[in-house]
Amino acid sequence: MADELKDIVLKYVTAEYLEDGADPLAYDTPLISGGIVDSFSMVSLKRFLENKYKISIPDDQATPEAFDTVDKIAILVRRFTQA
Amino acid sequence: MSNIGSYEERYKDFTWSVAEKELEFQPGKPLNIGWYCSDRICARGKGDKTALVWESASGAAKTYTYHDVRRLSNTFAVFLQGLGLKPQDRICLFMDKIPELYIGLLGIFKMGGIAQPLFSAFGDESLFVRLDNAQTSAVITQKKHAPKVRKILDKLPNLKHIIIVDHDGKAPLKDRDVAFSLEKADPVETFDAYPSEAETPSLLHYTSGTTGQPKGVKHVHYSLISQYMTARWVLDIRDDDIYWCTADPGWVTGTSYGIIAPWSLGVTQCVMDAGFSAEAWYKFIEKHRITNWYSAPTAIRSLMKAGDEIVKKFDLSSLRQLASVGEPLNPEAVIWSERVFGKAFLDTYFQTETGSIMITNYPDMKIKPGSMGKPFPGIRATVLDPKTYEPYAETGKIGLIGIRPGWPAMMRTYWNNEETYRKKFQNGWYMTGDRASIDKEGYFWFVGRDDDIINTGGHLVSPFEVESALLEHPAIAESAVVSKPDPINMEVVKAFVTLKPGFTPSADLDLEIMNFIRKKLSPLAMPQEITFSDALPKTRSGKIMRRILKAKEWGEEIGDTSTLEND
Repeated sequence: MADELKDIVLKYVTAEYLEDGADPLAYDTPLISGGIVDSFSMVSLKRFLENKYKISIPDDQATPEAFDTVDKIAILVRRFTQA
Repeated sequence: MSNIGSYEERYKDFTWSVAEKELEFQPGKPLNIGWYCSDRICARGKGDKTALVWESASGAAKTYTYHDVRRLSNTFAVFLQGLGLKPQDRICLFMDKIPELYIGLLGIFKMGGIAQPLFSAFGDESLFVRLDNAQTSAVITQKKHAPKVRKILDKLPNLKHIIIVDHDGKAPLKDRDVAFSLEKADPVETFDAYPSEAETPSLLHYTSGTTGQPKGVKHVHYSLISQYMTARWVLDIRDDDIYWCTADPGWVTGTSYGIIAPWSLGVTQCVMDAGFSAEAWYKFIEKHRITNWYSAPTAIRSLMKAGDEIVKKFDLSSLRQLASVGEPLNPEAVIWSERVFGKAFLDTYFQTETGSIMITNYPDMKIKPGSMGKPFPGIRATVLDPKTYEPYAETGKIGLIGIRPGWPAMMRTYWNNEETYRKKFQNGWYMTGDRASIDKEGYFWFVGRDDDIINTGGHLVSPFEVESALLEHPAIAESAVVSKPDPINMEVVKAFVTLKPGFTPSADLDLEIMNFIRKKLSPLAMPQEITFSDALPKTRSGKIMRRILKAKEWGEEIGDTSTLEND
């Protein structure tokens, strides 16, 4: 089923972090543990989500685990947008 | 009993001939690290022993014996020779932590080339300045990183070959591309390694400077002597150990202690080519029964952040020796590791320029959490008065760490930059650029850098390089880059910018600038925070005063502002 939020995140991660020629991403592709987004770059991904969805994600919730897949990112973002 | 036994006894009358003897190296005879790390181990009857256990993020796994490493590094060497590459040509390794990186390094050594490992997350600008400076002849890379090389190819006339190790034929090869598959190439059983001598150049590692472009630190094959010895006595590696060094060979720890030291000792080492995850790391230790673990404070603090409960899910009882490198290890991390692993991480200190561990804690020596420890046997280190460059007579005074030159792994020069190299010495001491004090028992205590270099997650970032790159962004008029304290990475990059007319600060511009630097230089160099200012503090002569900006970030006294332009 189409999920707009996930699609937006997936498109952004693909455009910004995925190397040319790499296998396409899925919602459950490991991003952090998979080495696609490193811990430094995670800061820019967090900034994107905060800008896009007008939210503020506390540092203690911006963990490698919470950012590890598009699925998990969507759960995190929804927690703040629905708050 | 540890390998080193009594530190005090070892320190007395130590000479590097101890290591030469153990390695059966005779001064004046050939010394090739590639041979020592593969053929010699096989010749000692350990060819069938596992040399490398490799796993990727996707779950792929490969295992190589020492015979495999010997054969495959021969294969690499023959292939490079076949391309017309010659001894002393600079050959860059620009790859993730895949087996080709580890085995390729030995292959380059064996054919006499100078290996130039570069961090695969580097952007095209970072890559260009390093390849251009070294006049690199070939880059060994993966298809996913090749576009970054191709982007700068027109500006690199010396670069003859882009060697793709995972070409699958789906896309055609491009200008100067050549495919090489380690798995499909005919294995080369015997190869006469290039008869390099102790002082023959082996490796170029690039490191950041406060001003100017990155410097190519030139190492020689003789570095093996102190890399081997420090791994034996500090990391306490023994024949039946399973060793894991988490560093990337794009940086000095990853080559000195992630390839050369463990393989010269003939130990089994494990490599995980994946991003950080506490669960994955603990699982890796449990699965492979890791005994010796060499990691970095940033990773250790990230594990601390993940909590104690997760540790209990895994059997980590195989761990025997833990060590840390890259930046000072905070006392809390030492105490935490002792509590959760039953072992304290030993803090070790060295630099790209020193090539091997200089000041460190030892297995059987009392640990003072937060201390750097004591100089390695054969290393004369001290704290110097910054005005006279004489060692302080009293203990407890903060000064500059100086080391008497002459240890085997010390850099021999900066590539094409002898003048800067010479400036690294004062009054007969190699100046590390770091500040410390020494206590009454001879323990060193790190204080900080003596310059503006930023140590983020154990990697040095030049503020000059980031400032220069920022100025290439169309919106930025002026830039200043300083370090900012960070609980995980110790320091992170912070930028202050003024904008050109027509541009206004916004959250989107902030993100755009971050991504601009990340892609141009590297994720490490990306400012984690950007402040848009109307003006930057400058001297009356127009020089931006980073010092003032840095002091504010660290909550320190601003100091003398008499030269401030608008004071």
